Amino acid sequence: MAVIELKNLTYTYGEGTPFCKTAVDNVSLSIEQGEFIGVIGHTGSGKSTLIQTLNGLLRPTGGQVLLNGKDIWAEPKKIREVRFRVGMVFQYPEHQLFEETVLKDIAFGPGNMGLSPQEAEERARKAAAFVGLSEDFLSKSPFELSGGEKRRVAIAGVIAMDPDVLVLDEPTAGLDPMGRDVLLAQITSYHKTRGNTVLLVSHSMEDIARTADRILVMNSSHMAMFGPTKDVFARGAELEEMGLRVPQITKILACLRERGWPVGTALTMEEAVRELLPLLEKGGVKA
Amino acid sequence: MTENGFINAQDVMFAYEPEEGREPRNVLDGVTISIQRGEFVALLGHNGSGKSTMAKMFNAMLLPTEGKVFVDGMDTVDEAVLYEIRRRVGLVLQNPDNQLVASVVEEDVAFGPENLGIPPEEIRVRVDEALKAVGMYDFRLNAPYKLSGGQKQRIAIAGIIAMQPDCIVLDEPTAMLDPRGRSEVLETIHRLNEEKGITIVLITHYMDEAVQAGRVIVMDGGHVLLEGGPREVFSQVELLKKHQLDVPQATELTYRLQGMGFPMPCTLTTEECVEALAAYLPPVQAVP
Repeated sequence: MAVIELKNLTYTYGEGTPFCKTAVDNVSLSIEQGEFIGVIGHTGSGKSTLIQTLNGLLRPTGGQVLLNGKDIWAEPKKIREVRFRVGMVFQYPEHQLFEETVLKDIAFGPGNMGLSPQEAEERARKAAAFVGLSEDFLSKSPFELSGGEKRRVAIAGVIAMDPDVLVLDEPTAGLDPMGRDVLLAQITSYHKTRGNTVLLVSHSMEDIARTADRILVMNSSHMAMFGPTKDVFARGAELEEMGLRVPQITKILACLRERGWPVGTALTMEEAVRELLPLLEKGGVKA
Repeated sequence: MTENGFINAQDVMFAYEPEEGREPRNVLDGVTISIQRGEFVALLGHNGSGKSTMAKMFNAMLLPTEGKVFVDGMDTVDEAVLYEIRRRVGLVLQNPDNQLVASVVEEDVAFGPENLGIPPEEIRVRVDEALKAVGMYDFRLNAPYKLSGGQKQRIAIAGIIAMQPDCIVLDEPTAMLDPRGRSEVLETIHRLNEEKGITIVLITHYMDEAVQAGRVIVMDGGHVLLEGGPREVFSQVELLKKHQLDVPQATELTYRLQGMGFPMPCTLTTEECVEALAAYLPPVQAVP
């Protein structure tokens, strides 16, 4: 069943003023429980506004956001509960750490939900393990950690609330290639273990290609595409027109396909090799 | 020691002030780098490898605890020439929002030259030229906060250009940008390098940006690990991976196929990789 459903969602900044700007225009879609959704779009395409409506940080100026079939604004006083069920990790979340120890920082969210300190701590320990922070990190001050570690603490803080939907906005920005790989692997394994729904907003098409089941493409406030990752990345030319890219490996195979070779769409290195092998073996002499 | 480069760093050591009760750790542990005038150098390394610290040495934002850094022959520890060094080497950082100060684009670009005490008529000329150089002249009267990330970053670069530097050091200038913003910034700095002869030092985690550089320097653990042309450096796939770095997907694909026994050259870009594969695949007509 759909965990999130958007019905004609519209959000206009400064409605009723001369400066009003519609950032999300009439978007309808439905996301199933347990899906991993990639969200892409250029800066200003409306994707950040869209995700901020999912947990009620922004109230739609038109249309509805349904969470498990219920309009999240049906009872505005209960919007706080929605924020616990749809967890949001913003860009550069490490700037939001503030507690004395890593454990306390991660336990802050669950504590806020009304859990007992013991329960909150229990949740925090589990969440820390999900993002690969070992025991000895927990008593450290978050401020003595490296950038990548701080970011994992911040993400653990949201995971600790055990949200049904986890939204991550550019979680790998500024990390080095290894840091990116490790964090993505942790997010994927968390997603698999917990079986919840994840939305990953990223400018890195490689990250999206490796993780997402489906991709939502936003362009000039509209939903431009919403479909399986392979189908979306098969439309490279259209994506480029929107200021987006496909992963380099996808592009290489697309170029070969255009020139007449029968190769499919590849999202990863393994897929590319698999597509190419049968052809290569018919090719020149193997050394 | 030779002083033939525009920037010469010789056996640079550096440690940040340690926390109480802790031993200082050398972030830079004997780095020797020489950058020639007009070069386009990409500086790579994982987080904590010392590359950003090194970049701050290039315009005397940080000073070596041991060793020397010379910019255009001037020693960076000499306070008397600090101004001259900063005028020659401009620094652009990751987050454009932290670097823009004024509420109108052209005023922001004028901030640097104003501080240098340049006469107003000349500032006007410089600001216009700088904005044209980054392709943002039409936005000169806009408010910076309304621009996209790539546009803001180009304004930050224009602010540096207006000071007419010989060299621009950019520390992950595209980390926060979308794909189009990234190419805008990259195209801009390549044009400045080619047309104005400005020396560029680009710190990046994006390997596709590094392959476009004239020379690549890889840092690891406060040392220079590898140095050379992009092809030379990126052909060392195993070594780079061992040091938590990546290679472009094109390079990795041809490298893997090599490993499977297909005689592929080392490729760096999409086009090269497509050509290498096309040259090897059976003719299209022969494929059912």
